[in-house]
Amino acid sequence: MEAPEPGAGSSAVAELAGASRSGDRRATARLLSLVERGGDPADEVASATQAHVGEAHVVGITGAPGSGKSTITNSLTTLLAEAGRRPAVLAVDPSSPLTGGAILGDRVRMSGASEAGVFIRSMATRGHAGGLALAVPGAVRVLDAAGFDPVVVETVGVGQVEVDVTAAADTTVVVVAPGWGDAVQANKAGLLEVADLFVVNKADRPGATDARRNLDLMLDLSTAITRPGTGRPSITMTTATEGDGIGELAAAVAGHLDLLCEGGELGQRREKRRIAEVRAHLEHLLAGAADEALTTEGLQPVQASESPMMAARRLARKLLG
Amino acid sequence: MVDTGLPIRVVLAKLGLDGHDRGLKVVARMLRDAGMEVVYLGLRQTTDNIVAAVEQEDADVVGISMHNAGHLTLGPLIVKALGEAGLAVPVVIGGIVPDADLPELEAAGVAAVLGPGASVEEVVTTVRSAAGRDGST
Repeated sequence: MEAPEPGAGSSAVAELAGASRSGDRRATARLLSLVERGGDPADEVASATQAHVGEAHVVGITGAPGSGKSTITNSLTTLLAEAGRRPAVLAVDPSSPLTGGAILGDRVRMSGASEAGVFIRSMATRGHAGGLALAVPGAVRVLDAAGFDPVVVETVGVGQVEVDVTAAADTTVVVVAPGWGDAVQANKAGLLEVADLFVVNKADRPGATDARRNLDLMLDLSTAITRPGTGRPSITMTTATEGDGIGELAAAVAGHLDLLCEGGELGQRREKRRIAEVRAHLEHLLAGAADEALTTEGLQPVQASESPMMAARRLARKLLG
Repeated sequence: MVDTGLPIRVVLAKLGLDGHDRGLKVVARMLRDAGMEVVYLGLRQTTDNIVAAVEQEDADVVGISMHNAGHLTLGPLIVKALGEAGLAVPVVIGGIVPDADLPELEAAGVAAVLGPGASVEEVVTTVRSAAGRDGST
Protein backbone atom coordinates (compact mmCIF):
# COMPACT_ATOMS: atom_id res chain seq x y z
CA MET A 1 0.00 0.00 0.00
CA GLU A 2 1.19 3.50 -0.81
CA ALA A 3 1.97 5.52 2.27
CA PRO A 4 0.28 8.86 2.36
CA GLU A 5 2.62 11.76 2.80
CA PRO A 6 1.88 14.19 5.59
CA GLY A 7 -1.02 16.39 4.64
CA ALA A 8 -2.19 13.86 2.07
CA GLY A 9 -5.60 14.16 3.64
CA SER A 10 -7.83 12.22 5.92
CA SER A 11 -9.09 9.81 3.24
CA ALA A 12 -5.65 8.29 2.81
CA VAL A 13 -5.32 7.98 6.58
CA ALA A 14 -8.79 6.44 6.82
CA GLU A 15 -7.74 3.92 4.19
CA LEU A 16 -4.66 3.04 6.24
CA ALA A 17 -6.78 2.71 9.38
CA GLY A 18 -9.13 0.31 7.57
CA ALA A 19 -6.21 -1.78 6.33
CA SER A 20 -4.69 -1.76 9.80
CA ARG A 21 -7.94 -3.05 11.30
CA SER A 22 -8.04 -5.90 8.84
CA GLY A 23 -4.56 -7.02 9.84
CA ASP A 24 -2.21 -5.15 7.46
CA ARG A 25 0.80 -4.69 9.71
CA ARG A 26 2.51 -2.31 7.36
CA ALA A 27 -0.50 -0.01 7.52
CA THR A 28 -0.36 -0.19 11.32
CA ALA A 29 3.34 0.73 11.22
CA ARG A 30 2.62 3.71 8.94
CA LEU A 31 -0.10 4.96 11.27
CA LEU A 32 2.33 4.74 14.18
CA SER A 33 4.84 6.86 12.24
CA LEU A 34 2.17 9.47 11.56
CA VAL A 35 1.29 9.57 15.26
CA GLU A 36 4.97 10.06 16.10
CA ARG A 37 5.21 12.85 13.57
CA GLY A 38 2.56 14.82 15.48
CA GLY A 39 0.55 17.75 14.17
CA ASP A 40 -2.18 17.36 11.55
CA PRO A 41 -1.28 13.79 10.48
CA ALA A 42 -1.53 12.63 14.10
CA ASP A 43 -4.90 14.35 14.44
CA GLU A 44 -6.14 12.57 11.33
CA VAL A 45 -5.02 9.22 12.72
CA ALA A 46 -6.79 9.98 16.01
CA SER A 47 -10.06 10.70 14.15
CA ALA A 48 -9.73 7.63 11.96
CA THR A 49 -9.16 5.26 14.87
CA GLN A 50 -11.29 6.70 17.67
CA ALA A 51 -14.36 4.61 16.91
CA HIS A 52 -12.44 1.41 17.55
CA VAL A 53 -10.49 2.04 20.72
CA GLY A 54 -11.05 0.92 24.30
CA GLU A 55 -10.96 -2.83 23.75
CA ALA A 56 -7.32 -3.52 24.61
CA HIS A 57 -5.94 -4.02 28.08
CA VAL A 58 -3.01 -1.60 28.29
CA VAL A 59 -0.21 -2.97 30.47
CA GLY A 60 2.74 -0.78 31.46
CA ILE A 61 6.03 -2.41 32.37
CA THR A 62 8.53 -0.20 34.14
CA GLY A 63 11.61 -0.47 36.32
CA ALA A 64 15.28 0.38 36.59
CA PRO A 65 17.69 -0.12 33.65
CA GLY A 66 18.77 -3.74 33.49
CA SER A 67 16.00 -5.05 35.75
CA GLY A 68 14.65 -7.22 32.93
CA LYS A 69 11.73 -5.26 31.48
CA SER A 70 12.43 -6.30 27.88
CA THR A 71 13.01 -9.94 28.75
CA ILE A 72 9.81 -10.05 30.80
CA THR A 73 7.92 -8.33 27.98
CA ASN A 74 9.32 -10.90 25.56
CA SER A 75 8.39 -13.91 27.72
CA LEU A 76 4.97 -12.55 28.66
CA THR A 77 3.87 -11.61 25.14
CA THR A 78 5.28 -14.86 23.69
CA LEU A 79 3.21 -16.82 26.21
CA LEU A 80 0.08 -14.81 25.40
CA ALA A 81 0.58 -15.15 21.64
CA GLU A 82 1.00 -18.90 21.99
CA ALA A 83 -2.24 -18.95 23.98
CA GLY A 84 -4.05 -17.38 21.02
CA ARG A 85 -4.06 -13.73 22.09
CA ARG A 86 -2.83 -10.91 19.82
CA PRO A 87 -0.40 -8.92 21.95
CA ALA A 88 1.52 -5.88 20.74
CA VAL A 89 4.47 -4.13 22.33
CA LEU A 90 5.50 -0.48 22.39
CA ALA A 91 9.09 -0.38 23.60
CA VAL A 92 10.37 3.05 24.53
CA ASP A 93 14.06 3.99 24.71
CA PRO A 94 15.65 7.40 25.25
CA SER A 95 16.64 9.86 22.54
CA SER A 96 19.98 11.62 22.86
CA PRO A 97 19.42 15.13 24.21
CA LEU A 98 22.37 16.30 22.11
CA THR A 99 21.64 14.91 18.65
CA GLY A 100 18.06 13.65 18.86
CA GLY A 101 19.30 10.24 17.70
CA ALA A 102 18.56 7.05 19.57
CA ILE A 103 19.59 3.44 19.81
CA LEU A 104 16.40 1.45 20.30
CA GLY A 105 17.67 -1.83 21.68
CA ASP A 106 14.65 -3.53 23.19
CA ARG A 107 14.16 -5.87 20.22
CA VAL A 108 17.48 -7.52 21.03
CA ARG A 109 15.68 -9.40 23.81
CA MET A 110 12.47 -9.93 21.85
CA SER A 111 13.36 -12.41 19.12
CA GLY A 112 11.08 -15.00 20.70
CA ALA A 113 8.09 -12.67 20.71
CA SER A 114 8.86 -11.58 17.16
CA GLU A 115 8.90 -15.21 16.03
CA ALA A 116 5.62 -15.82 17.87
CA GLY A 117 4.03 -13.07 15.76
CA VAL A 118 3.92 -10.32 18.36
CA PHE A 119 3.79 -6.84 16.81
CA ILE A 120 6.67 -4.84 18.31
CA ARG A 121 7.30 -1.15 17.76
CA SER A 122 10.30 0.70 19.18
CA MET A 123 9.81 4.35 20.06
CA ALA A 124 12.31 7.02 21.01
CA THR A 125 11.36 9.52 23.72
CA ARG A 126 12.17 12.42 21.35
CA GLY A 127 12.88 14.85 24.15
CA HIS A 128 10.03 13.86 26.44
CA ALA A 129 10.94 13.18 30.08
CA GLY A 130 9.02 10.93 32.44
CA GLY A 131 9.84 7.54 30.95
CA LEU A 132 7.67 7.57 27.84
CA ALA A 133 7.38 9.39 24.51
CA LEU A 134 4.69 12.03 24.08
CA ALA A 135 3.20 9.96 21.27
CA VAL A 136 2.70 6.82 23.38
CA PRO A 137 -1.01 7.25 24.18
CA GLY A 138 -1.78 7.92 20.51
CA ALA A 139 0.30 4.92 19.48
CA VAL A 140 -1.52 2.73 22.01
CA ARG A 141 -4.82 3.76 20.39
CA VAL A 142 -3.54 2.79 16.95
CA LEU A 143 -2.60 -0.69 18.22
CA ASP A 144 -5.88 -0.98 20.15
CA ALA A 145 -7.90 -0.05 17.06
CA ALA A 146 -5.90 -2.56 15.01
CA GLY A 147 -7.25 -5.29 17.29
CA PHE A 148 -4.16 -5.98 19.37
CA ASP A 149 -4.83 -7.02 22.97
CA PRO A 150 -3.11 -6.60 25.31
CA VAL A 151 -0.93 -3.65 24.38
CA VAL A 152 2.22 -3.79 26.49
CA VAL A 153 4.08 -0.51 26.96
CA GLU A 154 7.67 -0.92 28.10
CA THR A 155 9.16 2.30 29.49
CA VAL A 156 12.75 3.47 29.35
CA GLY A 157 14.81 2.32 32.28
CA VAL A 158 13.62 4.62 35.04
CA GLY A 159 14.91 5.80 38.39
CA GLN A 160 12.57 6.91 41.11
CA VAL A 161 10.22 9.54 39.80
CA GLU A 162 9.46 8.75 36.17
CA VAL A 163 5.90 7.59 36.60
CA ASP A 164 4.31 8.67 33.30
CA VAL A 165 3.45 5.06 32.59
CA THR A 166 0.63 5.15 35.14
CA ALA A 167 -0.98 7.81 33.00
CA ALA A 168 -0.75 5.58 29.93
CA ALA A 169 -1.65 2.10 31.22
CA ASP A 170 -4.59 0.31 32.82
CA THR A 171 -2.22 -1.91 34.80
CA THR A 172 1.26 -0.86 35.87
CA VAL A 173 3.85 -3.57 36.53
CA VAL A 174 6.99 -2.45 38.38
CA VAL A 175 10.01 -4.72 37.92
CA VAL A 176 12.82 -4.88 40.44
CA ALA A 177 15.89 -7.10 40.51
CA PRO A 178 17.85 -8.43 43.50
CA GLY A 179 20.13 -5.78 44.94
CA TRP A 180 17.95 -2.88 43.84
CA GLY A 181 17.89 -1.40 47.32
CA ASP A 182 17.00 -1.89 50.93
CA ALA A 183 13.90 -1.10 52.96
CA VAL A 184 14.78 2.60 53.09
CA GLN A 185 14.85 2.80 49.30
CA ALA A 186 11.54 1.00 49.31
CA ASN A 187 10.01 3.59 51.58
CA LYS A 188 11.03 6.54 49.46
CA ALA A 189 8.33 8.11 47.39
CA GLY A 190 7.99 7.55 43.67
CA LEU A 191 8.02 4.57 41.38
CA LEU A 192 7.11 1.98 43.99
CA GLU A 193 3.97 3.88 44.88
CA VAL A 194 2.48 3.51 41.44
CA ALA A 195 2.70 -0.26 41.09
CA ASP A 196 -0.43 -2.32 40.58
CA LEU A 197 1.74 -5.43 40.45
CA PHE A 198 5.34 -6.07 41.45
CA VAL A 199 7.76 -8.44 39.80
CA VAL A 200 11.01 -9.51 41.42
CA ASN A 201 12.95 -10.66 38.38
CA LYS A 202 16.22 -12.63 38.32
CA ALA A 203 14.69 -14.69 41.12
CA ASP A 204 17.42 -17.30 40.64
CA ARG A 205 20.02 -14.83 41.90
CA PRO A 206 21.12 -14.28 45.49
CA GLY A 207 19.14 -11.58 47.24
CA ALA A 208 15.85 -12.29 45.48
CA THR A 209 14.03 -13.26 48.66
CA ASP A 210 15.46 -10.17 50.40
CA ALA A 211 14.08 -8.03 47.60
CA ARG A 212 10.72 -9.62 48.05
CA ARG A 213 10.82 -9.17 51.81
CA ASN A 214 11.67 -5.47 51.44
CA LEU A 215 8.73 -4.96 49.11
CA ASP A 216 6.42 -6.84 51.47
CA LEU A 217 7.62 -4.73 54.39
CA MET A 218 6.96 -1.57 52.45
CA LEU A 219 3.46 -2.75 51.54
CA ASP A 220 2.79 -3.75 55.17
CA LEU A 221 3.70 -0.27 56.38
CA SER A 222 1.68 1.68 53.92
CA THR A 223 -1.95 2.23 53.28
CA ALA A 224 -1.45 5.03 50.77
CA ILE A 225 0.25 2.98 48.07
CA THR A 226 -2.62 0.61 47.56
CA ARG A 227 -4.15 2.05 44.43
CA PRO A 228 -7.91 2.54 44.48
CA GLY A 229 -10.17 -0.35 43.67
CA THR A 230 -7.67 -3.14 43.29
CA GLY A 231 -6.24 -3.89 46.72
CA ARG A 232 -2.69 -4.70 47.71
CA PRO A 233 -0.29 -5.18 44.80
CA SER A 234 0.82 -8.79 44.43
CA ILE A 235 4.48 -9.73 44.08
CA THR A 236 5.47 -12.27 41.44
CA MET A 237 8.91 -13.89 41.38
CA THR A 238 10.23 -14.46 37.86
CA THR A 239 13.33 -15.64 36.05
CA ALA A 240 12.32 -14.18 32.73
CA THR A 241 15.25 -15.62 30.75
CA GLU A 242 13.95 -19.11 31.62
CA GLY A 243 10.26 -18.22 31.49
CA ASP A 244 9.91 -19.10 35.18
CA GLY A 245 7.03 -17.29 36.86
CA ILE A 246 5.74 -15.77 33.61
CA GLY A 247 2.54 -17.83 33.74
CA GLU A 248 1.89 -16.47 37.24
CA LEU A 249 2.58 -12.96 35.99
CA ALA A 250 0.14 -13.39 33.10
CA ALA A 251 -2.48 -14.56 35.62
CA ALA A 252 -1.77 -11.60 37.91
CA VAL A 253 -2.08 -9.16 34.98
CA ALA A 254 -5.39 -10.71 33.89
CA GLY A 255 -6.60 -10.78 37.50
CA HIS A 256 -5.85 -7.10 37.86
CA LEU A 257 -7.94 -6.29 34.81
CA ASP A 258 -10.84 -8.28 36.32
CA LEU A 259 -10.57 -6.24 39.52
CA LEU A 260 -10.52 -3.00 37.52
CA CYS A 261 -13.64 -4.03 35.64
CA GLU A 262 -15.55 -5.29 38.70
CA GLY A 263 -14.97 -2.17 40.74
CA GLY A 264 -15.74 0.25 37.92
CA GLU A 265 -12.19 1.57 38.33
CA LEU A 266 -11.24 0.94 34.70
CA GLY A 267 -13.47 3.71 33.37
CA GLN A 268 -12.19 6.15 35.98
CA ARG A 269 -8.57 5.38 35.21
CA ARG A 270 -9.16 5.86 31.51
CA GLU A 271 -10.90 9.16 32.12
CA LYS A 272 -7.91 10.34 34.17
CA ARG A 273 -5.63 9.16 31.39
CA ARG A 274 -7.37 11.36 28.85
CA ILE A 275 -6.85 14.37 31.07
CA ALA A 276 -3.20 13.45 31.66
CA GLU A 277 -2.69 13.18 27.91
CA VAL A 278 -4.24 16.59 27.28
CA ARG A 279 -2.01 17.98 29.98
CA ALA A 280 1.12 16.43 28.45
CA HIS A 281 0.33 17.94 25.05
CA LEU A 282 -0.47 21.28 26.65
CA GLU A 283 2.88 21.26 28.45
CA HIS A 284 4.61 20.42 25.18
CA LEU A 285 2.95 23.36 23.42
CA LEU A 286 3.72 25.74 26.27
CA ALA A 287 7.35 24.56 26.37
CA GLY A 288 7.59 25.26 22.64
CA ALA A 289 6.17 28.73 23.16
CA ALA A 290 8.64 29.32 25.99
CA ASP A 291 11.57 28.33 23.77
CA GLU A 292 10.33 30.69 21.11
CA ALA A 293 9.92 33.55 23.58
CA LEU A 294 13.45 33.05 24.86
CA THR A 295 14.80 33.02 21.31
CA THR A 296 13.02 36.23 20.32
CA GLU A 297 14.24 37.92 23.50
CA GLY A 298 17.76 37.32 22.25
CA LEU A 299 20.73 36.28 24.32
CA GLN A 300 19.80 38.31 27.39
CA PRO A 301 16.25 37.42 28.33
CA VAL A 302 17.11 38.30 31.93
CA GLN A 303 17.47 42.04 32.43
CA ALA A 304 20.09 43.32 34.84
CA SER A 305 17.56 44.35 37.45
CA GLU A 306 15.68 41.03 37.43
CA SER A 307 16.09 37.70 39.11
CA PRO A 308 15.61 34.69 36.80
CA MET A 309 12.29 34.04 38.51
CA MET A 310 11.16 37.61 37.84
CA ALA A 311 12.21 37.31 34.20
CA ALA A 312 10.24 34.08 33.91
CA ARG A 313 7.12 35.75 35.32
CA ARG A 314 7.50 38.68 32.93
CA LEU A 315 7.84 36.34 29.96
CA ALA A 316 4.92 34.21 31.14
CA ARG A 317 2.69 37.28 31.39
CA LYS A 318 3.67 38.22 27.86
CA LEU A 319 3.07 34.67 26.56
CA LEU A 320 -0.23 34.07 28.24
CA GLY A 321 -1.62 37.52 27.51
CA MET B 1 10.86 21.43 18.93
CA VAL B 2 8.78 21.72 15.78
CA ASP B 3 7.60 18.41 14.32
CA THR B 4 8.83 18.95 10.80
CA GLY B 5 9.43 15.28 10.13
CA LEU B 6 10.80 12.08 11.48
CA PRO B 7 14.39 11.10 12.05
CA ILE B 8 15.66 8.47 9.63
CA ARG B 9 14.91 5.04 11.11
CA VAL B 10 17.46 2.32 10.49
CA VAL B 11 17.17 -1.36 11.39
CA LEU B 12 20.61 -2.86 12.11
CA ALA B 13 21.18 -6.58 12.37
CA LYS B 14 23.52 -9.45 11.85
CA LEU B 15 22.05 -12.29 9.86
CA GLY B 16 22.76 -15.93 10.68
CA LEU B 17 25.59 -17.30 12.76
CA ASP B 18 28.23 -14.60 12.28
CA GLY B 19 29.12 -13.47 15.80
CA HIS B 20 31.27 -10.40 15.12
CA ASP B 21 29.09 -7.54 16.31
CA ARG B 22 31.63 -4.88 17.31
CA GLY B 23 31.37 -3.21 13.91
CA LEU B 24 27.59 -3.14 14.10
CA LYS B 25 27.73 -1.51 17.52
CA VAL B 26 30.14 1.14 16.26
CA VAL B 27 27.92 1.89 13.26
CA ALA B 28 24.84 2.08 15.52
CA ARG B 29 26.60 4.72 17.57
CA MET B 30 27.68 6.68 14.46
CA LEU B 31 24.12 6.79 13.16
CA ARG B 32 22.71 7.69 16.54
CA ASP B 33 25.18 10.57 16.82
CA ALA B 34 24.05 11.72 13.37
CA GLY B 35 20.52 12.06 14.78
CA MET B 36 19.04 8.84 13.42
CA GLU B 37 16.89 6.33 15.28
CA VAL B 38 18.57 2.96 15.20
CA VAL B 39 16.45 -0.12 15.84
CA TYR B 40 19.15 -2.50 16.97
CA LEU B 41 18.41 -6.19 16.53
CA GLY B 42 21.90 -7.51 17.18
CA LEU B 43 23.20 -11.01 16.61
CA ARG B 44 21.82 -14.19 15.05
CA GLN B 45 18.76 -12.78 13.35
CA THR B 46 16.69 -14.70 10.85
CA THR B 47 15.43 -13.12 7.62
CA ASP B 48 11.87 -13.46 8.98
CA ASN B 49 12.81 -11.52 12.08
CA ILE B 50 14.50 -8.78 10.09
CA VAL B 51 11.58 -8.47 7.66
CA ALA B 52 9.13 -8.28 10.58
CA ALA B 53 11.23 -5.58 12.25
CA VAL B 54 11.54 -3.52 9.05
CA GLU B 55 7.79 -3.71 8.55
CA GLN B 56 6.71 -2.99 12.14
CA GLU B 57 9.29 -0.25 12.70
CA ASP B 58 8.45 1.51 9.41
CA ALA B 59 12.19 1.60 8.73
CA ASP B 60 13.76 3.76 6.02
CA VAL B 61 16.90 1.63 5.64
CA VAL B 62 18.10 -1.78 6.80
CA GLY B 63 21.80 -2.30 7.54
CA ILE B 64 23.20 -5.83 7.64
CA SER B 65 26.69 -6.50 8.93
CA MET B 66 28.65 -9.45 7.55
CA HIS B 67 32.11 -10.61 8.44
CA ASN B 68 32.04 -14.28 7.56
CA ALA B 69 31.99 -14.20 3.77
CA GLY B 70 28.29 -14.98 3.68
CA HIS B 71 27.37 -11.80 1.83
CA LEU B 72 26.87 -13.33 -1.61
CA THR B 73 24.31 -15.72 -0.15
CA LEU B 74 22.74 -13.65 2.59
CA GLY B 75 22.77 -10.23 0.87
CA PRO B 76 20.53 -11.29 -2.02
CA LEU B 77 18.48 -13.42 0.39
CA ILE B 78 17.47 -10.46 2.56
CA VAL B 79 16.77 -8.24 -0.47
CA LYS B 80 14.54 -10.97 -1.86
CA ALA B 81 12.76 -11.56 1.46
CA LEU B 82 12.00 -7.85 1.83
CA GLY B 83 10.76 -7.70 -1.76
CA GLU B 84 8.47 -10.69 -1.23
CA ALA B 85 7.01 -8.93 1.81
CA GLY B 86 6.29 -5.90 -0.36
CA LEU B 87 8.83 -3.74 1.46
CA ALA B 88 10.80 -1.42 -0.81
CA VAL B 89 13.39 -0.66 1.85
CA PRO B 90 17.02 -0.26 0.74
CA VAL B 91 19.59 -2.72 2.11
CA VAL B 92 23.08 -1.50 3.03
CA ILE B 93 25.71 -4.14 3.74
CA GLY B 94 28.63 -3.41 6.02
CA GLY B 95 31.65 -5.58 6.68
CA ILE B 96 34.27 -7.51 4.77
CA VAL B 97 33.24 -7.58 1.13
CA PRO B 98 35.87 -8.03 -1.62
CA ASP B 99 35.61 -5.48 -4.46
CA ALA B 100 35.13 -8.33 -6.91
CA ASP B 101 31.80 -9.17 -5.26
CA LEU B 102 30.36 -5.66 -5.50
CA PRO B 103 28.81 -5.97 -8.99
CA GLU B 104 27.01 -9.17 -8.00
CA LEU B 105 25.57 -7.54 -4.88
CA GLU B 106 24.54 -4.47 -6.83
CA ALA B 107 22.82 -6.67 -9.41
CA ALA B 108 21.00 -8.43 -6.58
CA GLY B 109 19.56 -5.10 -5.44
CA VAL B 110 21.85 -4.22 -2.52
CA ALA B 111 21.80 -0.42 -2.26
CA ALA B 112 25.33 0.12 -0.96
CA VAL B 113 28.30 -1.62 0.64
CA LEU B 114 30.47 -0.12 3.38
CA GLY B 115 33.90 -1.62 4.02
CA PRO B 116 36.07 -1.65 7.15
CA GLY B 117 37.80 1.64 6.28
CA ALA B 118 34.61 3.66 5.90
CA SER B 119 34.70 6.97 7.76
CA VAL B 120 31.89 8.23 9.96
CA GLU B 121 30.97 10.73 7.27
CA GLU B 122 30.91 8.02 4.61
CA VAL B 123 28.68 5.77 6.73
CA VAL B 124 26.24 8.55 7.55
CA THR B 125 26.14 9.91 3.99
CA THR B 126 25.61 6.45 2.53
CA VAL B 127 22.70 5.70 4.87
CA ARG B 128 21.11 9.11 4.29
CA SER B 129 21.39 8.74 0.57
CA ALA B 130 20.00 5.17 0.67
CA ALA B 131 17.05 6.58 2.63
CA GLY B 132 16.59 9.22 -0.06
CA ARG B 133 17.11 11.86 2.60
CA ASP B 134 20.36 13.54 1.54
CA GLY B 135 21.13 16.52 3.67
CA SER B 136 18.79 15.66 6.53
CA THR B 137 18.91 13.63 9.70
